[in-house]
Amino acid sequence: MRSSGQDQQKIHSIWHRLHIDLPLLAGLLCLITLGLFVIYSAGGQEINIVFKHASRAGFALIVMLVVAQIPPLTYRKWAVPLFVIGLVLLISVLLFGHVGKGAKRWINIGITNIQPSEIMKLIVPIMIAWYVSEYNLPAKLNTIIIAFILVLIPTLLIAKQPDLGTSLLIASSGIFVIFLAGASWKLIISCAGLASAFVPVLWFFLMKDYQKQRVLTFLNPEQDPLGSGYQIIQSQIAIGSGGLNGKGWLQGTQSQLEFLPERHTDFIFAVFSEEFGLIGVSLLLLVYLFIVMRGLWIAVNAQDAFTKLLAGSLTLTFFIYVFVNIGMVSGILPVVGVPLPLVSYGGTSMVTLMAGFGILMAISTHRRFHV
Amino acid sequence: MTLRKRVVIRNQTAEANLFARRTFIAFLGVLVLIIILFSNIYDLEINAYDKYQTRSNSNRIKLLPVAPNRGLIYDRNGVLLAENKSVYSIEVIPEQVKDIKGSILKVSELLDISEEKQQKFFKALKSKRRFKPIELKSRLSDQQVALFSVNQHKFPGIFIDARLKRYYPFGELTTHTLGYVARINRRDAIKLEDKGNSENYTATRNMGKLGLERYYENILHGTIGHQEVEINTQGRIIRTLDFSPPTPGKDLTLTLDIELQMIAKRALSGKRGAVVAIDPRDGGVLAMYSNPSYDGNLFVHGISSKNYKKILNSKDLPLINRAVMGYPPASTIKPLLALTGLEENIITPDTRIMDPGFYQLPGIKNKRRDWKPQGHGWVNLNYSLEQSCNVYYYDLAYKLGITRISRMMEKFGFGDYTGIDIHEENHAIMPSVEWKRNRYNQPWYTGETLSIGIGQSFWTVTPLQLSQAISILVNKGQIKIPHFLKATTEVVTPPFNDNLSEETNDIVQINNNLSEYTKVSQIIYEDKPPIILKQHKNWDLVLDALHNTAQKLGATAYTAFKGSHYDVAGKTGSAQTANIKQNETYDAKKTIESKRDNAMFIAFAPYENPEIVVAVAIENVAEGGGGRNAGPVARQIMDQYFGKRVIISEDQSKHPHHTNIYGKK
Repeated sequence: MRSSGQDQQKIHSIWHRLHIDLPLLAGLLCLITLGLFVIYSAGGQEINIVFKHASRAGFALIVMLVVAQIPPLTYRKWAVPLFVIGLVLLISVLLFGHVGKGAKRWINIGITNIQPSEIMKLIVPIMIAWYVSEYNLPAKLNTIIIAFILVLIPTLLIAKQPDLGTSLLIASSGIFVIFLAGASWKLIISCAGLASAFVPVLWFFLMKDYQKQRVLTFLNPEQDPLGSGYQIIQSQIAIGSGGLNGKGWLQGTQSQLEFLPERHTDFIFAVFSEEFGLIGVSLLLLVYLFIVMRGLWIAVNAQDAFTKLLAGSLTLTFFIYVFVNIGMVSGILPVVGVPLPLVSYGGTSMVTLMAGFGILMAISTHRRFHV
Repeated sequence: MTLRKRVVIRNQTAEANLFARRTFIAFLGVLVLIIILFSNIYDLEINAYDKYQTRSNSNRIKLLPVAPNRGLIYDRNGVLLAENKSVYSIEVIPEQVKDIKGSILKVSELLDISEEKQQKFFKALKSKRRFKPIELKSRLSDQQVALFSVNQHKFPGIFIDARLKRYYPFGELTTHTLGYVARINRRDAIKLEDKGNSENYTATRNMGKLGLERYYENILHGTIGHQEVEINTQGRIIRTLDFSPPTPGKDLTLTLDIELQMIAKRALSGKRGAVVAIDPRDGGVLAMYSNPSYDGNLFVHGISSKNYKKILNSKDLPLINRAVMGYPPASTIKPLLALTGLEENIITPDTRIMDPGFYQLPGIKNKRRDWKPQGHGWVNLNYSLEQSCNVYYYDLAYKLGITRISRMMEKFGFGDYTGIDIHEENHAIMPSVEWKRNRYNQPWYTGETLSIGIGQSFWTVTPLQLSQAISILVNKGQIKIPHFLKATTEVVTPPFNDNLSEETNDIVQINNNLSEYTKVSQIIYEDKPPIILKQHKNWDLVLDALHNTAQKLGATAYTAFKGSHYDVAGKTGSAQTANIKQNETYDAKKTIESKRDNAMFIAFAPYENPEIVVAVAIENVAEGGGGRNAGPVARQIMDQYFGKRVIISEDQSKHPHHTNIYGKK
């Protein structure tokens, strides 16, 4: 069976044979390069940090290229075993994981420490996309219910670590699959209603004190300007004082004089806005938008339901990353620990994201697989 | 596969269309969210620009952590054992220096700073953070500080930074007990974080790594303070707006007597061994010294690998605190075995044993020798201790059996931690049938019980345990936990002076000299449950015999204390460290040093109402046993304690003559 999009122009291009999607690669490199410059500024102009980040980015690029060589059919075959292994790892993290910064996220597997919740960011969409695509679309109610349960298990396990940010991202990656699979609007609306009814339960029974504090701080940062509100106030000052043109690279006083906490990690967007202003922010948002559009384009043109759902979910989850990070740094969302994708300093999330883009490239370039 | 079968026919086109529709809706959602983000940032950067611009410009207030001063440590007479010394370093903020190369050269010339230091500085300059000071030279001499201060005005951006560093004026004399502080490393940082304590340590560089410094880290450290400062556009501190001072750590007063400690060191010089002196009335440790020792000050500044290797590779193992390391107790535990025999009705004070110079188990050829080849003849309890007769105790141990012995000895604390307030303690070994089964998976042999009778075989005790056991004996069963800490002193809410100098550039240091606001808390230690004997008079019988051992002419501990003006009781011991074959005699001169006997000694005085118990262990002595080698050490400690005091002058305590860590020549 050959689908209509298959004889597209680029089949024989060298990039295509290398399983690289050029527009996507261009967008990603753009972000990574930008990140290096902002990290230099935010990290106190220490070139060592930049080198370290660059080498991690290089590693992440290699991971992406390797993943891109794997035909999507393989993921479909391995969806269930991968999911089971992921769950086992998550449970073992809770049982014997390393405690770092008050949460258990890491586990030693003999050679090295791994963070199973990161791997689950890829496995959950693969699993849900596989499960939903086993049936005809639009997905039926009982398919959706089971898919929901499959999403809920890893989400709760990760929330228990506790790592609220990651668990929300994983939940949304699964929910995107269900949405794209054509869940009926009636269902979507009633679920949204149920979810909002769940908020009080979350507040009173599931959230830890420090998580509640974050939400309270978000609602009114000025109530404790030197304590928990400090971060968000300083961040808003940084963004606001950037103005249209920004203060210029290496010239942002908020970051250079170290008023801004977590400058080169989660709050790097504030440094960027301070130094490059609204013009810089607009360009950055356009790059992200471009990557999202390219991802969705790949999804729409994918060969079968599984790859369509997977590509769509990965792309939308990437966007959620962007939205949550910029939202929290600019003060419209509470502070959850989500980095600005491909720009923030830090290796783990970058490798997972790039592996995700590797899957997207595989979907866009491996055409002749059997359904 | 089963799932696959249920898919009858897939309408590919319909599915693709459905997916495309949903993707389009999702894309619209993405657009909406991006517009939300954009308009919010537009609002911040364009509409509210003036407001945030002003706030950014007036954003001048920073919160700086201020480290608390570490508590000081004093001996029982108020002699300072651990202090905080100001260490001055010269620092440079390159952004504030106009001609960096020229200025550094001039300063270096002025203060005689080596070429090497300058090069190091320029190297650091390349990879630095903006407005962060770089150290040009640390540990300035007073002269250098004065010289620079006079010329300060010529060098904007270069300044002197004062920091407090721990200093142990007595150096190696106190290292095994006080321990030392050293740089907080990654492992310490993780531990602090796990305990939720890292906030309190943000401004702290060093923490206790050994001994009392480690054990009482929580008390000594204090609580962090904060300074709210205003900075200018270059990030320089203009003035202090608010200051919540740190709470300094509590000062410790120890039971230790530094003069006794000095005598101990002198008495042990040239030997490997340890001395512990305890006040049996409260368990306070008067002296604990292990020879050879090393200077803890070396670790405070970060020991060089050359120095560390030197300490580590020394064959005398100076890092080991021998006062809490296990040695075979040898004859020093005979009084406790005698007590066990009396208590179990195996012997009475009048029970007599024939000592022909050897002991044989019924039906076994193997002979156990007495230390006196011709034997002691008929021996009773008193005489057995006075002469340290081995045969008497082979027989007693055989009749008691290992189980009764170890059960009683465990009550005296052998084989267990004493609970003293340092973490480096070894519990040593009190062997028993179960112990041997667990350790070697072997049954207990009667022959081993005989060796136990003379404090050998597997049995090891630390000098600390030994002094503790003898304290329990002289207290007739009362068990006081040995300890160093006598009292803590804290500053109670010092009234804070609000008019801090407006121009100050440095972090404010608080004045600690507010003696009228200090509060002294004596530490009260709870006793352990006492040992209660069936016959209270058994205590007196054994104590009396020990008294005789030191007082009777010809008794084993007599010579060591001959002519002393206080009423002393004691016991000698010599432990074999190598096995001697049947029909072979031991000759120290012919034996290589590491296999020579260890000398042990215990003593207490005054006999009525004892105030001090001393335990001594010396490794591999050249000739003679405990009486000749360890006895004189105990004697010197006691002499010092009971009057012949060597008074340390003020001057001596301040400037002891040992390694100068600041490198002043």
